[in-house]
Amino acid sequence: MPRYLLIESRDPFDSNDTRFCCDLAQQLAAAKNEVILFLVQNGVLPVRPGARSGDLTTLAGAGVRVLADSFSLKERGIDENRLASGVAAAPLDVVLDALAEGAKVIWH
Amino acid sequence: MKTLSIVESAYRATVEEQDDTIVWIHGAMKSVGADLAVLLRGNAVNYLVQRQDAGGLTFGDWRQTQPPRIASDLAALAAKGVEVCYVAEDVAERGIERKELINSAQPVARGAVAELLGRYDRVWYW
Amino acid sequence: MADKKTITIAIMDAPYENARSTTALRLIDLAAKRGYNINVFAYEGAVLQPFAAQTPHANTVHGRSVEEENHFIPKDAIAALMREAERNGGKIDWVNCGLCVDERGAANAIPGVRRGSPADFWQMSEASDNTLVIATR
Repeated sequence: MPRYLLIESRDPFDSNDTRFCCDLAQQLAAAKNEVILFLVQNGVLPVRPGARSGDLTTLAGAGVRVLADSFSLKERGIDENRLASGVAAAPLDVVLDALAEGAKVIWH
Repeated sequence: MKTLSIVESAYRATVEEQDDTIVWIHGAMKSVGADLAVLLRGNAVNYLVQRQDAGGLTFGDWRQTQPPRIASDLAALAAKGVEVCYVAEDVAERGIERKELINSAQPVARGAVAELLGRYDRVWYW
Repeated sequence: MADKKTITIAIMDAPYENARSTTALRLIDLAAKRGYNINVFAYEGAVLQPFAAQTPHANTVHGRSVEEENHFIPKDAIAALMREAERNGGKIDWVNCGLCVDERGAANAIPGVRRGSPADFWQMSEASDNTLVIATR
């Protein structure tokens, strides 16, 4: 099964274009690809419940693995145990694993 | 390996560099045989507009004699065999008419981008 | 230990301008610990990441001396990553894009950095298990 890892470094408070990764992730998942959305840097800012996290929860419901970089969360004082539904904390190793396994990895 | 480059960044340092450096690097890679395609999205779709003109800048007595000519550069890429595409909705949302664009670029519907990615071995995002 | 892989990463940001630089180094660190071969193609401002003339400074706002501040200096982090990769049976091949070096006056790089061109990026990528582009904005 083709694998994609989309790295989202931007946040919806500062950027109009976070829709790109969400929409792409949804399209890829609908086409039966294995998809991870990996939030990093300010990309983790919407993961607090209610903080424009609805899109992330919807994506998780559509079969996308939504992960948030643990260091980025810690750096911003976001409690790993209180993330929006469908979002999980993960180490940056996930990105390297995906690269090593030949997934298509896109940095947005 | 067949590589699709998605280009979003636009007019970031094009006057200083006298090029768009991402378009430029693709020309350089093509000249060593790279198998490439380019998908322009977001503001980068404006790069396809033929009547862009960044000429005439001066700084004191220094005059820029080689302004960027990005539409021409993209047309040249296409002429070398690089497939140049753009997200059709991004053009329409910016009020750009199809006839303003270089002839050699092909529209791709936003909803078809995911399928397009599947056709390439690698996808790079700029 | 994980199977040895070869990864190529293209970076574009000058130091001290964006969090992307830190994340890129974090990824390289992880790869170095795994003993991977890591190709780095530094394009545009990123050619300044390994610039040899970087020097640390004190922090008078916090009342710290140069030593106490121990300021992050990218060239030192990169040198440390090169040592880390070698310690684990891997290697970092850091290529600075030559024209980007010229226009920025950044030729004075630390040992282990070589001058190259977009052809190098393509060739490194072709010879890698995977390539990640971390473009600037």
